[in-house]
Amino acid sequence: MEKMSRVTTALGSSALTGRTMHCHLDAPANAISVCRDAAQVVVAGRSIFKIFAIEEEQFVEKLNLRVGRKPSLNLSCADVVWHQMDENLLATAATNGVVVTWNLGRPSRNKQDQLFTEHKRTVNKVCFHPTEAHVLLSGSQDGFMKCFDLRRKDSVSTFSGQSESVRDVQFSIRDYFTFASTFENGNVQLWDIRRPDRCERMFTAHNGPVFCCDWHPEDRGWLATGGRDKMVKVWDMTTHRAKEMHCVQTIASVARVKWRPECRHHLATCSMMVDHNIYVWDVRRPFVPAAMFEEHRDVTTGIAWRHPHDPSFLLSGSKDSTLCQHLFRDASQPVERANPEGLCYGLFGDLAFAAKESLVAAESGRKPYTGDRRHPIFFKRKLDPAEPFSGLASSALSVFEIEPGGGSMSWFVDTAERYALTGRPLAELCDHNAKVARELGRNQVAQTWTMLRIIYCSPGLVPSANLNHSVGKGSSCGLPLMNSFNLKDMASGLGSETRLDRSKGDTRSDTVLLDSSATLITNEDNEETEGSDVPTDYLLGDVEGEEDELYPLDPEHVHPEEPEYVLPQEAFPLRHEIVDTPSGPEHLQDKADSPHVSGSEADAASLAPVDSSFSLLSISHALYDSRLPPDFFSVLVCDMLHFYAEQGDVQMAVSVLIVLGERVRKDIDEQTQEHWYTSYIDLLQRFRLWNVSNQVVKLSTSQAVSCLNQASTTLHVNCSHCKRPMSSRGWVCDRCHRCASMCAVCHHVVKGLFVWCQGCSHGGHLQHIMKWLEGSSHCPAGCGHLCEYS
Amino acid sequence: MAEGENEVRWDGLCSRDSTTRETALETIRQIILRKTECLRSVKETTYRPSDELSNAVSLDELNKLLAHLLMLSKRCPFKDVREKSEFILKSVQELGIRIPRPLGHGPSRFIPEKEILQVGSEDTQMHALFADSFAALGRLDNITLVMVFHPQYLESFLKTQHYLLQMDGPLPLHHRHYIGIMAAARHQCSYLVNLHVNDFLHVGGDPKWLNGLENAPQKLQNLGELNKVLAHRPWLITKEHIERLLKAEEHSWSLAELVHAVVLLTHYHSLASFTFGCGISPEIHCDGGHTFRPPSVSNYCICDITNGNHNVDEMQVNSAGNISVSDSFFEVEALMEKMRQLQECRDEEEASQEEMASRFEMEKRESMFVFSSDDDEATPARDVSRHFEDTSYGYKDFSRHGMHVPTFRVQDYCWEDHGYSLVNRLYPDVGQLIDEKFHIAYNLTYNTMAMHKDVDTSMLRRAIWNYIHCMFGIRYDDYDYGEINQLLDRSFKVYIKTVVCTPEKVTKRMYDSFWRQFKHSEKVHVNLLLIEARMQAELLYALRAITRYMT
Repeated sequence: MEKMSRVTTALGSSALTGRTMHCHLDAPANAISVCRDAAQVVVAGRSIFKIFAIEEEQFVEKLNLRVGRKPSLNLSCADVVWHQMDENLLATAATNGVVVTWNLGRPSRNKQDQLFTEHKRTVNKVCFHPTEAHVLLSGSQDGFMKCFDLRRKDSVSTFSGQSESVRDVQFSIRDYFTFASTFENGNVQLWDIRRPDRCERMFTAHNGPVFCCDWHPEDRGWLATGGRDKMVKVWDMTTHRAKEMHCVQTIASVARVKWRPECRHHLATCSMMVDHNIYVWDVRRPFVPAAMFEEHRDVTTGIAWRHPHDPSFLLSGSKDSTLCQHLFRDASQPVERANPEGLCYGLFGDLAFAAKESLVAAESGRKPYTGDRRHPIFFKRKLDPAEPFSGLASSALSVFEIEPGGGSMSWFVDTAERYALTGRPLAELCDHNAKVARELGRNQVAQTWTMLRIIYCSPGLVPSANLNHSVGKGSSCGLPLMNSFNLKDMASGLGSETRLDRSKGDTRSDTVLLDSSATLITNEDNEETEGSDVPTDYLLGDVEGEEDELYPLDPEHVHPEEPEYVLPQEAFPLRHEIVDTPSGPEHLQDKADSPHVSGSEADAASLAPVDSSFSLLSISHALYDSRLPPDFFSVLVCDMLHFYAEQGDVQMAVSVLIVLGERVRKDIDEQTQEHWYTSYIDLLQRFRLWNVSNQVVKLSTSQAVSCLNQASTTLHVNCSHCKRPMSSRGWVCDRCHRCASMCAVCHHVVKGLFVWCQGCSHGGHLQHIMKWLEGSSHCPAGCGHLCEYS
Repeated sequence: MAEGENEVRWDGLCSRDSTTRETALETIRQIILRKTECLRSVKETTYRPSDELSNAVSLDELNKLLAHLLMLSKRCPFKDVREKSEFILKSVQELGIRIPRPLGHGPSRFIPEKEILQVGSEDTQMHALFADSFAALGRLDNITLVMVFHPQYLESFLKTQHYLLQMDGPLPLHHRHYIGIMAAARHQCSYLVNLHVNDFLHVGGDPKWLNGLENAPQKLQNLGELNKVLAHRPWLITKEHIERLLKAEEHSWSLAELVHAVVLLTHYHSLASFTFGCGISPEIHCDGGHTFRPPSVSNYCICDITNGNHNVDEMQVNSAGNISVSDSFFEVEALMEKMRQLQECRDEEEASQEEMASRFEMEKRESMFVFSSDDDEATPARDVSRHFEDTSYGYKDFSRHGMHVPTFRVQDYCWEDHGYSLVNRLYPDVGQLIDEKFHIAYNLTYNTMAMHKDVDTSMLRRAIWNYIHCMFGIRYDDYDYGEINQLLDRSFKVYIKTVVCTPEKVTKRMYDSFWRQFKHSEKVHVNLLLIEARMQAELLYALRAITRYMT
């Protein structure tokens, strides 16, 4: 008590001043300690041991204690401590197990005072008694703690932890005889210095090593401990059993913990791995650090408050070889950056919304949307008047109920399920997606897809072989969207005449996919005729300029075209002809003014395979495209993506991003992409579109996103007969010895995707069933059921 | 149709429920008898040449089944299964089909079979362990049977291995086995390669990959370099290695995957050390574990069963190693005496710091020259070599040139503080499992030494552990490396060095010539220390590189 008042007055007479600053050391630091007068700091490490004076503007090296020609392991310090009573006295713990004391008052250059070589292993920690001038405590890897009287040559007493390595020892500030020690196995022990035979109390504080502990400077019996399990815990030791008062979860193992002076609930921590920052926590608010110091570039190894009664100066040493003084007022406060707003949908569309009170109040005052929006059915404000940081981040919670049926998102689900994102050439993807969008009545989106196709599909990008493959053997592409091409869709998508066409088309097989591609083609033709009517520059000009200008045109363009979809029956022969000519760009260039010029040679066309003709379609686009590189538009496309994302249609942004892939990815910064991906995936999962969301995760190129499906990769299956979990293998039940799912076509066990008819519950490998259904619609198992698959 | 019915399912046998096992066995019996019948009838009736091929194929199939049955009859922890499989084998034999018999001499070629615990005579705790292992893998491998000398460790080992291979993790199952194959192949350990080739195919791996690393996906090929360096010169791993793996366009690894892969690699490198160090024999049901020949020609072709070890020379009785029994008796006494002395005089003579540092350097340098005399250049003849490239890259060529190994200080980067946190962060729970395994291996003791009881062996264990780390350039500031010289004699050092660095060169002579008075269980204990210390050393280097990459 007496001592403390004295110090306070000392502080009063000369208040600390300084600024945030750092100085470079020659080597990584392992520990730091501050002198009683708060004007000097000692830094110790494997190959550094120096005293710095803390001046107004900078650190000034005062003394290098590493003297002697040869480096000795005695000087390789794991820890250092400065006596809080005697400013000439220091102690270090060496990695080779030696405890060294230093007397700065010695006249010679070598200040080394005494050497204790009693420990067999590395000494992790040394600690002076807070009030006694000659008592030093050490804790070592060998599991022993030793108490030294500096007036004698060897230890006064030895304490055996009976367990593993000692990581930290700390004298209690308030109880003269008590000290705490922490262990590698997670235990904390309390000892009475007079009784070396056994500890007073022992409890398990952490899971894994406890790296550090610190007694509260004022509250008698409060001990903070930090461990490898990433937790900081505050214990009340005054009660019969140590009681956990607070627990702070950090993001990395806790290497040091220090109570902040004059702030009852604050403590500073730094971590041992990965995380380089120093955090100051309010233990009552364990989720967001009160302050954060981000100066260091490598892990922080030592922290110390500069003066025991000044809460604003923190010193730190780090593996990055710097010594820093941090000022509390310069600290970054995560709370400020934290969003006190939160938003969440309930199961039935209810909306809970938490926001800063001031905002909510202002909003309700204006009530801009009162027309169709309900008042909160529930309004809650939980605020503790004693809460010291109410001004910083507190929010009020309101809950809105939504009218049933309002704001249907069915278009989102439809779009997500039907969009094709990969597996086909770009042109087809774009066309397909445009069609999907159009069918859902989203003309603007459809138009965008069409334009993307025009911009990016130059002949070089769509190799004809690729196209042939996908059209000719459409089923082999294994599209997830196969099921969306049922006939009904087609019928609604095309005019009745198209159907007529199809029946006429002799070369076409009857697979559904081909039909769809036929539509795509008519579509393209459409564009072309359009192109030949309208000056090409005009079309391009639109793309270059404001996109919005194009949209008003939309309706006129689309509607009159509708019947024309069917029109270009004769366009097929036209294309066929081009097949036969060696298709060099120069050659096409000749015909640039009239793409239809070759119509006269229509006869040859019928011999050419239909497939290859398709590739030519895109080649003919080159007529326009060859003038401008696709890169030219990338800025515009990026703007467009941002535009959609801003509009809330993150679906569009992500789909385009995936479809275009490399072409635009580099122009949009990683973080934005990641943000889009995560929001889209989140949305998809809310709508339980697991397959789509997984596909998106898979297709994403962002590291963080693709990591999403690397966690929890095990799938648990229950047996369909006995309903027990199948533990050893996913396809055979341990108990009833039946294979869970046999393929009705090949009679093998299905180990991957299993598809079955819901009518007769027969099924099998996805591919096998698909192939089977091409030939017959009866059940492959022979049960006579007419199977239906959606 | 027929094919599906004739497919033999072994899974049922892993069940703990005896009726389940019985029904499973019964179906197996029927299938086998049917196959046998069918084969016999074909043989007797027609001899059409077209049948010849299919006949050979089905005979081959049947033989595989019989070999598996043989394995079960010897190695299944469940008595009923053992008896029944033997019965099936007998009945097949009665039908005039040749049945296999086990080759070799039990799970290990170094340890006489009678020393090793027989399946069936284990106590309840071990039985539970066996049953667990059997349930997880469908077999009880020889490694398990040798490790069961130390059940406490075995439990932790199996738990870790099970987690690495079968539980939640970032890598797909077949990748895990393939990485295991890659790692084991680095040491030409055909035993592990064979085991994991089976597992790899079982979890649906692409058989094409097994034709060599160049047939595997680019992503796994990229791992080859890390595998190579990690196995032979882990101190050369830099953050550039890591960066190359993590930033390879579409073939790049994620950090979590990489940590998983690194743990697997180190696990299998050290397991290869164990396999050679204890002379593990091939599994009964794998190639080289059984024969269909009658016992009369029992000695045919030793090299088939050597599992890559050069144990031909061990058959020629070692003349040099014939030191009289009395000599070896004093070995233990001398060792204990030395330990006592070290304990006592530690406080008295205090070596200077330079002395300590030079002792470490000396030990490190010397460890490079400690090598067995038989330095014959054996290129990996077996097909194992196709799983890795650059066969010439090994530990040896650097030791010849006396390359300098930089010193790694444990006090700056150690497993407990740093490695653990990193692994657990990127591959949850595994850090904990490995940590436990290290602890058990390091602290395992029965306080016995050969015939002496109540001996504190911590000093000896620490010397072994630190010696291995010393070979990898890892230094403990608080250890006097002079102790190593006092406690470990040359033949022991040769053995350690060979097991850790070039396990494929271990011979029975080496195994026999160190610590002659010690029990086999103690030698296995030594091996456990060796493999864990090696694994930790490799992990430390790899994780440090990852940490450096991350900061």
